Amino acid sequence: MKKFLALVLSVVMVASLAACGNSGTKETQAPAASGDSATATESTAAESTGETAEKVGDGVDAKDLKVGFIFIGDENEGYTAAHYAGAKGMQEALGLSDDQVIIKWNIPEDETCYDAAVDLADQGCNIIFANSFGHESYILQAAAEFPNVQFCHATGYQAAGSGLSNMHNYFTSIYESRYVSGVVAGMKLNEMIADGKITEDTAKVGYVGAYPYAEVISGFTSFFLGVRSQCPSATMEVKYTNSWASFDLEKECAESLIADKCVLISQHADTTGAPTACEAAGVPCVGYNISMIPTAPNTALTSASINWEPYYEYATKCVIDGTAIDTDWCKGFAEGADKLTDLNDKVVAEGTAEKVKEVEDAIIDGSLHIFDTSTFTVDGKELTDADSEYISDGYFHESEKASAPAFDFIIDGITAVTQ
Amino acid sequence: MFKDSSLHIAARDSIAWWKAWLIRLIAVFLSLIVCAIVIFGLTKMNPVEVYKGIFDGAVGTSRRTWVTVRDTMVLLLIAIGLTPAFKMKFWNIGAEGQILVGGAATAALMIYAGDSMPTPVLMILMFVASLAAGMIWGIIPAIFKAYFNTNETLFTLMLNYVAMQIVTFCIVYWENPAGSNTVGIINSATRAGWLPALGGLTYGWNVLIVLAFTFGMYIYMKYSKQGYEVAVVGESQDTARYARINVKRTIIRTMGISGGICGIAGFLLVSGASHTISTSTAGGRGFTAIIVAWLSKFNAFVMILVSFFLVFMEKGAIQIASQFNLNENASDVITGIILFFILGSEFFIRYRIAFTKAHK
Repeated sequence: MKKFLALVLSVVMVASLAACGNSGTKETQAPAASGDSATATESTAAESTGETAEKVGDGVDAKDLKVGFIFIGDENEGYTAAHYAGAKGMQEALGLSDDQVIIKWNIPEDETCYDAAVDLADQGCNIIFANSFGHESYILQAAAEFPNVQFCHATGYQAAGSGLSNMHNYFTSIYESRYVSGVVAGMKLNEMIADGKITEDTAKVGYVGAYPYAEVISGFTSFFLGVRSQCPSATMEVKYTNSWASFDLEKECAESLIADKCVLISQHADTTGAPTACEAAGVPCVGYNISMIPTAPNTALTSASINWEPYYEYATKCVIDGTAIDTDWCKGFAEGADKLTDLNDKVVAEGTAEKVKEVEDAIIDGSLHIFDTSTFTVDGKELTDADSEYISDGYFHESEKASAPAFDFIIDGITAVTQ
Repeated sequence: MFKDSSLHIAARDSIAWWKAWLIRLIAVFLSLIVCAIVIFGLTKMNPVEVYKGIFDGAVGTSRRTWVTVRDTMVLLLIAIGLTPAFKMKFWNIGAEGQILVGGAATAALMIYAGDSMPTPVLMILMFVASLAAGMIWGIIPAIFKAYFNTNETLFTLMLNYVAMQIVTFCIVYWENPAGSNTVGIINSATRAGWLPALGGLTYGWNVLIVLAFTFGMYIYMKYSKQGYEVAVVGESQDTARYARINVKRTIIRTMGISGGICGIAGFLLVSGASHTISTSTAGGRGFTAIIVAWLSKFNAFVMILVSFFLVFMEKGAIQIASQFNLNENASDVITGIILFFILGSEFFIRYRIAFTKAHK
């Protein structure tokens, strides 16, 4: 039996070696298209900063418009709940009736997503949004089939390279609100140090991450930089659940971080698992997407959250006006696309509200750059322009080239545990 | 205790087929009424509208109908694959894994050989490869069962996780684009290795292949010597030995067939539907198919109805969720009530209830 298994394994190995040889040729398959669209992205990126909108069609009467949404979850799951709130806000702002907005709930990241997308197109939707990372290739497939329907995909990054003018990516500068939520956490750490509950050396933060993707790394780095802007001695330990939404895994993960002597917990995963563990252990926590105060009334500080409404309104308005939608869209505090949920006055340190206002204003007016390379090091060295095409003028230009987060350095002070 | 009451229950000797189906039909009808009461009681919505929504979601447009048919076919094929194993009382709950390895073999050929050979050759190769992969996955626990009498339930279940890990391992090499941890749609530009349309029907081949297997399995189980051997081994291994049936060989052969067919379901899923592979490609179908097989009492043609019903409700669920904001739990409730009534109706098919005068 062992011999047989060894044989099977070696066949797999040989096959995968052959794969490496093959893949080189495969990637060069569509050079013309990708070349074109690369320049196209740059021009749209430039456009999005300027105010000129390009007229591409006749537009659609708001009364005849139909908008489709494909959601990975339903209202019980924070990430989708935030999207749904944005969709509702858009519907109200543009005065659309209920039957003009069609939502497909609980669509997994497989061919069901393609089925849902083409079904929405069949029902006459002019614009279709999908909200999960793994939906992207199915949305691309549907976009190629329905060139007259606009497809917008959140958190993805393939629109620019797809060569399809009706395919778009969007995200928000969530790292901004994560940074501010880090400031809140840092002030809490300072309060705990002042109260003698912990010392400066034991100010260790725990972070429940979903996957070791750039989106998560960018998020926890900005959070940590926010913490350290207030409490310079802080360190952070990150653990991954390898799932976007699993109450049990997130709860266990938070518990093990607390057992590792983390005195404050934050998260980039979609359920209330971590705050539940924190409430039981009496450890302060910072949530994501939705306010965690109902879950953890005595420990939740605030949550970093996204307001999707500005984008939904913008993109739908584009369809009504017949103007082009940005290939990559990413906005933050300045446009109201990011926000902190209510501060929990019972738990936050004194003066937090004022400080939050101050930091938010600094982000909006551009005087504060979150990934300022002078504030952190990687392997003991400061990052320079040579380390990433995103770095110039002394900071990492997160989300400025594409809407999806790109910062994927593990900076000093953070220990990320990958299995 | 019924002796003194006015209610008398007796086993039926036999029942006319039309009577049996009439009882089932009445059960479905009653279940719909109960569902209607539940829907109205919980949501204050018009149940007829909800039913219409389910119907519309499953077969409302020709595209939706085809998606329903496509998924029905896959579920049916897996149930067909499970049939001989379960008939033999070999509890193969490893269909998930057998589907996954079949799908992985298909995906591997699509990725590595997609551009280098003509479609018919590639199709045959993928078909054979997925069959072989599923077969290996089925035969491994069968050998252990036959020679060492290991517990097949645990063994096949555990092999599901091994299959998942193999797929995870493959994704490391196949991920596209790099870093995404997903394979994405394979050959989305060239469509190499995509099961082609048959006479203008996108899922024509899916239907043809599955119906061929359904019919074949019916013949195999009912008329072939091997099918008879399977039934005897399932009833009693001692009897089988007494009848000079090679039990070990029957177990291994039957699980080869069972796993192989599930492997082909993986081929249909990857090449004929999703055009990608992930650990959730099987998506619980291997377990749902067990329900299908049992509910149909291993009758291949009843399986068509049962798998269609389950997929119908699943697709309807997506529609009523978007139309009425009822999430999929609502359709699970409806499915549950209907299944309860159908299963309950079997009691009335097997037993006769007579009202007799109570005598003191």
